[in-house]
Amino acid sequence: MTDLLRPHVLGASPARVEGAAKVTGTALYAGDQRVTDPAYLHLVQAEVARGRVTSVDAEAALALDGVLAVLTPDNAPRLASTDDAELAVLQSHDVDFRGQVVAAVVARTPEIARQAGALVDVRIDEAPHDVHLGADRDDLYAPEEVNAGAETDTSQGDVDAAMAEAPFTVDHTYTTAWYNNNPMEPHTTTALWSDGDLVLHDSTQGVHPTRDTAAEVLGLDPERVRVVSPHVGGGFGSKGTAHVNVIITALAAKAVPGTPVKLALTRQQMFSLVGYRTPTIQRVRLGCDEGGWLRAVAVDVVEQTSRIKEYAEQTAVPSRMMYAAPHRSTTHRLAALDVPVPSWMRAPGECPGMFALESAVDELAIACGVDPVEFRVRNEPEVEPESGKPFSSRNLVACLREGARRFGWDDRDPAPRSRRESDWLVGTGVASSTYPVNKMPGSAATVRRTVDGRFRVEIGAADIGTGTWTSLAQVAADALGVEFADVELRIGDTDLPKATVAGGSSGITSWGSTVVAAAREFRAKFGDDPDEGDELTATMPEDDASDEYAKHAFGAQFAEVRVHVDTGEVRVSRLLGVFAVGRVVNPRLARSQLVGGMTMGLSMALHERSVLDERFGHVVNHDFAEYHIAANADVPRVEALWIDEHDPHVNPMGTKGIGEIGIVGTAAAIANAAHHATGVRVRDLPLTLDHFLS
Amino acid sequence: MIPFDYHRATDVAGAVATADAREAVFLAGGTNLVDRMKLGVTSPDVVVDIGGLALDGVEELPDGGLRIGATARNSDLAAHPVVLRDYPVLARALLSGASGQLRNLATTGGNLLQRTRCSYFQDVSTPCNKREPGTGCSAIGGYNRQHAVLGASEQCVATHPSDMAVAMAALDARVVVRGPAGERVVPLVDLHRLPGDEPDRDTVLTRADLITAVDLPPLPDGTRSLYRKVRDRASFAFALVSVAVVLRVDGGVVRDVRVALGGVAHKPWRARRAEEVLLGSPAEEEVFRRAADAELAAARPLPDNGFKVPLVRNTLVSALRDLSLGER
Ligand SMILES: Cc1cc2nc3c(=O)[nH]c(=O)nc-3n(C[C@H](O)[C@H](O)[C@H](O)COP(=O)(O)OP(=O)(O)OC[C@H]3O[C@@H](n4cnc5c(N)ncnc54)[C@H](O)[C@@H]3O)c2cc1C
Ligand code: SF4
Repeated sequence: MTDLLRPHVLGASPARVEGAAKVTGTALYAGDQRVTDPAYLHLVQAEVARGRVTSVDAEAALALDGVLAVLTPDNAPRLASTDDAELAVLQSHDVDFRGQVVAAVVARTPEIARQAGALVDVRIDEAPHDVHLGADRDDLYAPEEVNAGAETDTSQGDVDAAMAEAPFTVDHTYTTAWYNNNPMEPHTTTALWSDGDLVLHDSTQGVHPTRDTAAEVLGLDPERVRVVSPHVGGGFGSKGTAHVNVIITALAAKAVPGTPVKLALTRQQMFSLVGYRTPTIQRVRLGCDEGGWLRAVAVDVVEQTSRIKEYAEQTAVPSRMMYAAPHRSTTHRLAALDVPVPSWMRAPGECPGMFALESAVDELAIACGVDPVEFRVRNEPEVEPESGKPFSSRNLVACLREGARRFGWDDRDPAPRSRRESDWLVGTGVASSTYPVNKMPGSAATVRRTVDGRFRVEIGAADIGTGTWTSLAQVAADALGVEFADVELRIGDTDLPKATVAGGSSGITSWGSTVVAAAREFRAKFGDDPDEGDELTATMPEDDASDEYAKHAFGAQFAEVRVHVDTGEVRVSRLLGVFAVGRVVNPRLARSQLVGGMTMGLSMALHERSVLDERFGHVVNHDFAEYHIAANADVPRVEALWIDEHDPHVNPMGTKGIGEIGIVGTAAAIANAAHHATGVRVRDLPLTLDHFLS
Repeated sequence: MIPFDYHRATDVAGAVATADAREAVFLAGGTNLVDRMKLGVTSPDVVVDIGGLALDGVEELPDGGLRIGATARNSDLAAHPVVLRDYPVLARALLSGASGQLRNLATTGGNLLQRTRCSYFQDVSTPCNKREPGTGCSAIGGYNRQHAVLGASEQCVATHPSDMAVAMAALDARVVVRGPAGERVVPLVDLHRLPGDEPDRDTVLTRADLITAVDLPPLPDGTRSLYRKVRDRASFAFALVSVAVVLRVDGGVVRDVRVALGGVAHKPWRARRAEEVLLGSPAEEEVFRRAADAELAAARPLPDNGFKVPLVRNTLVSALRDLSLGER
C-alpha cells in the first residue's frame, strides 16, 4: 500500500495555467519558436509503394532562387544507426511504402521549398507492391510479442469444446478501419546545430525520449542534444515516438551550417509519415450457459504492420481481463505489408479490441435474453482472469449501475425497432471501457526553494493539451503541503530532469509519483522552513508491492442513437460515460479528457476511416474535407462522470490515468444502440448510412 | 505553389481583358482556388482579383425576380430577406454548404465554379483525366463513394460539389456572363457540362468569361420549395445526395414542379424525367415513387456508391411528401 497524499489542491479545478497564453496566441509551439533567420524544409515523397530510387535530379530545384540545399539518398549525411528503418531517412535507395521520404528541399521560405520540391525529379524503378490486409492471407505471422510486452497468444481450458457445448454462442468477425491520429498541430520540428550540439524544438509527447532517439540515430552523446517542447497541439500517440520529421530536420540543418531549419508536415504528409492505427479483423467467439454466464471467450486478431518495421497492436489484450470464463484464448497475427509504419494511437489495443468484444457481448446478451447491463454484471471476474491476481480496485459494476440509473436504462424496451420519433428510429446501447494503469520507470524531479519563497518543481514532462502544466503543479502542491500558487512548475525541456513519455495514460502516475518522492525527500531533508536555494532531486521510486495487483481503470458508456428511416443517417443524440479512474486530480481537466476521448470514439464509430487505394498504396482521403472527424453538430450531448474510487495500491496520488479510457468502448456502445434502433447489426466500422438503407 | 502575378481588377471590362490576354484565373473568395493552387492542381500565370468590382449586390428585378451579384457572399445571400421569403430552397442549400467561416468568404460565382472534390483530382500524384487529360480516371476502379451515378462517362465519374447550384438549377436560374465578345445569358442548367470525352471542361465558359450575376425568375403564388441534403456527417461535409424541389400543388394535383439532384452527377442534375411523371399527376406517394424510379432508371452506380440509388429515391420521395403535405 502506498502512502496516499492528503488531498487539498488535488480534486480542485484550477484553470489551465497556460490557458491565457494559448488563447492570446503567445504560447509558443514548436513552429512558433523564434530563431534567427531560419530556412524551411519541404519533404519529397515516393509516389510508388515499392521500388528503388534510380536517380534524383535536383538541378531544376537548385536553380530556383532561394533554394539552399536538396538532400537525396545520394548526398544525405550518413546516420549512426539505421536499426529503426522508419528513421533511416535517405540512407538507402529502397522505397518501402508510398509516401516515404525520397528527397528534401531546404529553402529561404516554405513556399519556395514546396515549389522546389515539385521540381525535384525522382526516378524510381517500380516493383510490385502488396498492401492488401486479409484474414485469408497465407503469410500471416505471429509476432514474438505484442505491444507493451504482452503475449502474442494465450490459451486456457478448451474453447472449442466449450463452444460446442454452450447453448448460446456468438461467432462473428468484426473489423475496425485504418485511423490516422490527426492532432490539430502537425508534426513540427526546428533544428539548429552549433559546435556539434543540436537543439530541437519539436512537437513531441516526450522531450527525453525524442532526445534519446535523435542522439542514437545521429550518433551523438545525448548530453549534446537539447529538445524543447513547452506546448503541444495534440498527439494522440503520433508524437509518442520520434518520427522521420525529427531526423530529416536535423540532417537538413547540417546541410546549411549556422542556419536553423524548420519543418511542419502538411496534413497530407501526416497520413503516411507519423504512424496510424492499424486496421483490425477480429473473430470473436463467445459462449454462455442458460443463465448468461460466459463459458468461453476467444478473440483472434489479424492486423497489419509495415514490412520494414514491426508494430503489433495488442488488440486482443483487453479480452484477457474483462470477463470471467473458464475457457479462453487469444491470438494475434500480422500481415507485413508495403504500407506506412503503423504506430500508437489513443488506447492502442483497448480501443479496437473493445469494439469487437463489447459488440459480441451485446450480441450474446441478446441471444440469451439477458439485459446487456445485467449480462456484464453477471460476468464480473473475482480476480484478473488470466493472471489470477486481485484487482487493486475494480468498480465496473458501480459504473454500469450508476450509468444505467442516470441514463434511464431501466425504461428500455429491449426489442429492436421499438421506438420511433417522427422519421427517426431511436435505440440505446451500452458497452464497457477499460484501460490499464501504466507506470513507466525512469523519471526524476527537482524541487527547489526559490527567492520569492515559492517552490520550483522541475521535470521534463509534456503537456500535449492534457493539462500537465496545471495538474502536475497540483500534485506538487499537495506533496509539499503548500498552496497551488506557491508552485512554479517547469516542464517540456531536456535541460530539466529526465521524464518519461506522455503515453499509455501514464503521465500523472509516473511524473506525479516522481514529484511526490522529490517533495517528500525535500521535506525530510530541509523540513518545514527550508532556506532559499535548498534543492533536491529524486527519481521515481520502485514500488515492489505494485506487482501483486492487477491495476486497471474501468468505465461504462451509454449511447442513444437515431437512425433516419428514409436516409439511414445516423446521429448520436446522447452519450454518457461513467468512469472509475481512481482519484481525479482536476475535475475540469479530467472532464475534458474523458469527453474528448468519448467524442473521438463517436468519431470512430460514425465517421473516421482512412481509405487505402490498394492500386497505389496510399490513403486517398488524406485531408480534413475527406477524412471526416466528428463536427460539433455530431456531438450534441456528451457527459462524462466518475464515481468516487479509492485505490491505495496504484500510486501516492491514487490516480489511474484518464487520457485514453474515454475512447474505449464508445464505438461498441453506439453500434449496439444502432442495432437496438434498427435491428441491423453493423460489425464493420464506421456506421455509415449505407448500412441502414433499404 | 508556383509564383504568379496578382492583378486587382477595377472594372469588369478590364478583368475580362486581362484574363483574355494571359493564362489567368479569377479570384473571388479564394476558398477553392487557393487550395487548388497550394496542391498544384491549378497553376495560373496571373490571378485576377474580382473583389473590387462591386458585384456583391442582391437586388429585386422589375419582373419580381432577384438578381444576385457574382461576388455576393454565401452567408449574406442565405440571410437575405427576399431569399428567405421567396426562395427557401436556396437559403437552405446555402446554409447546408461548407462551414460558417467558409460561407463568409464564398461567393456566388465561386460557388458555381468550384471544382470537383474527387480525391484523385486533388492529388497530383495520381492519374486524372480532368486534371491531366489522357492520363486515365483513377476513381474508376478506385475510391468512388462520392462519385456520380448519372450522366458519367468512361473518362470521368466526378460529381459537382455545390449545394447552392442544385437549388439554383431547380429555380431555373440564369447566369449572366461577360466575355471578350460581350454579355450573354446562360441558363444555369446549361452552365455545367457532362464529362463526355472532355472531362477537363466543367462548364461551357471559357477562361475569360466572367460571371457577373445570377438571376432568379419569380415563382408563382402558392409555390413551395425545399432543399434536403444527406451527407456522411451532420455538418461540414459534401452531399452524398441532395434534392431541391420547387412544387405547386393545387387540388391535390401537381401543377408545377422542378426537381434537381446534387451529389449524383458532373453537374447539378435537373430531374426532367421525374418532373414529367409528376406534372399533372396526383400528389401521392405512389406517384412520387414512380417519378423517382423514372429518373433513376438511367443510374449506373459504381462499386462504392450503389447506395446512392435508393438514397436518392428515398430522399426525393420524402421531400415531395413533406412539401405536398398541407397542400391538399
Ligand atoms: C472544407 C470545405 C468544405 C466545403 N463544403 C461544401 C459543401 O458542403 N457544399 C458546397 O456547396 N460547397 C462546399 N465547399 C466549397 C465552397 O462552397 C466553395 O469553396 C466556395 O463556394 C467557392 O467560392 P469562392 O468565392 O471562394 O471561390 P474561389 O475559390 O475564389 O473561386 C472558385 C473558382 O471559381 C472561379 N470564379 C470565381 N468567381 C468567378 C466569377 N465571377 N466568374 C468566373 N469565374 C469565377 C475561380 O477562378 C475559381 O476557379 C467547401 C469547401 C471547403 C474548403
Ligand atoms: S472521376 Fe474525374 S476527376 Fe476523378 S479521377 Fe476520374 S477523371 Fe479525375
